[in-house]
Amino acid sequence: MINEEILSVYELTRRIKSVLESDFKAVTVTGEISNLKRHSSGHIYFTIKDEKASISATIWRSRAAYLTFTPQEGMKVIARGSITVYEVQGKYQLDVVSLKPLGIGELQIAFEKLKQKLAAEGLFDPQHKKNLPEYPERIGIVTSPTGAAIQDIINIISRRFPSVEIILYPVKVQGAGAAEEIAEAIFDFNKFGKVDVLIVGRGGGSIEDLWAFNEELVARAIFNSKIPIISAIGHEIDFTIADFVSDLRAPTPSAAAELVVRDRYELIDNIRNFLYTMQQSLINKVDDNRSYIAGLVSSYAFNNPIDKVRQFSQRIDELERLLNISFIHKFKSTKQYIAGLSDRMNSLNPKNVLKRGYAIVYKNYHIVESSCNLTLADDINIKFKDGNVDASVTKTYSINNEN
Amino acid sequence: MKTKKSNDTIAEESSFEQNLKRLEKIVDTLETGNVSLEDSIKLYEEGIELSKKCLAKLENVEIKIKKLSKDLNGKLSLLEEGTEE
Repeated sequence: MINEEILSVYELTRRIKSVLESDFKAVTVTGEISNLKRHSSGHIYFTIKDEKASISATIWRSRAAYLTFTPQEGMKVIARGSITVYEVQGKYQLDVVSLKPLGIGELQIAFEKLKQKLAAEGLFDPQHKKNLPEYPERIGIVTSPTGAAIQDIINIISRRFPSVEIILYPVKVQGAGAAEEIAEAIFDFNKFGKVDVLIVGRGGGSIEDLWAFNEELVARAIFNSKIPIISAIGHEIDFTIADFVSDLRAPTPSAAAELVVRDRYELIDNIRNFLYTMQQSLINKVDDNRSYIAGLVSSYAFNNPIDKVRQFSQRIDELERLLNISFIHKFKSTKQYIAGLSDRMNSLNPKNVLKRGYAIVYKNYHIVESSCNLTLADDINIKFKDGNVDASVTKTYSINNEN
Repeated sequence: MKTKKSNDTIAEESSFEQNLKRLEKIVDTLETGNVSLEDSIKLYEEGIELSKKCLAKLENVEIKIKKLSKDLNGKLSLLEEGTEE
């Protein structure tokens, strides 16, 4: 005991630290995550445990960014790293360099847990699904700028309905920060507003590669979007949380491009048919009207007045003829009558009377009709058929039997 | 629960969709034939105009590709594809 070395706590801790840190420089350990805490600094603190023991673990912010999945309570993981000693508290812990789920099964569990949680909140309910625009003018696309997905989408839209505007929003689609970027892109599109529909997705990959689309952050961004969203993630067989919450799940990015716009050739055909139908309808209309008018023209009702007119006109002709006949008749009889009158007039002509030996007596140029109108010594003039004589009244007589 | 149903669409005067919907309505009206000849002719003329507009849109082969970009202040704007900020 004489040579017993007395160490300070610090010295002892230093020795433990050097032993532990050199002997456990690179270890791989498997266990279950518990007491998971994410510090606002970005560091993640948790415990890895099995049935018999537990060890503290940390993932520094710089490395947390490279995680392909979100560690969750109860998840079985394989952690690789080194043992470090935290001198202040005399604690040893695992400084995690990489963390992987123990198997696909573990990711599946995380997936199921989140799916159940969001389903319970109603995020997948059909009444929240928005209708997609039939003819979008502007299409927003949230995906990687370098992947095959973006090229496929552009090619297919160019072929089907090129008269649109595609608005790209390049994001990381896998690895640390991918979920955040995707959620931010959806948020920014909503803030910007002027797009009709969004396609959010990426091409095929492993379940870890697609993991960003299974993150709650992305699910909520999709749910809160006012712009309808088509999810287009991986291959036909891949289902992500984003697919459940989106307004329409496209099995692949190419399929999303097929779903978002209609085929213009089909539409051109439709419009040509419309043109033909309109033309035919108008021709039919004109024909209908024409035959309707023809029907009217030939109908009894329409011809009745014409008939009447014809009848009247015939009657007029007839009357005219009758009028002519009666006029001629009248004319002839009048002529006869006049001839008669003329004969009678002739017979009454005083000249003719003079011819028969009578004479006319004038006094002062007036015819003297009675002997009573003459007195003794009146100068008179007597007209004979062949001349006149002047005379003087020498005696007057009256005839007794005159009344 | 948030309502997610509000469908904000871009209000652009006589968009392709509006033209096409109007055209479909005209074709329908002409086909059922319950309009006068005079109205038919007016509808036909309008239909021809709309068809021309729609076809022009469909026959346009130039796709526009832009990028939504955000500056340091968070202001969003559209950039022609290929241009970098």
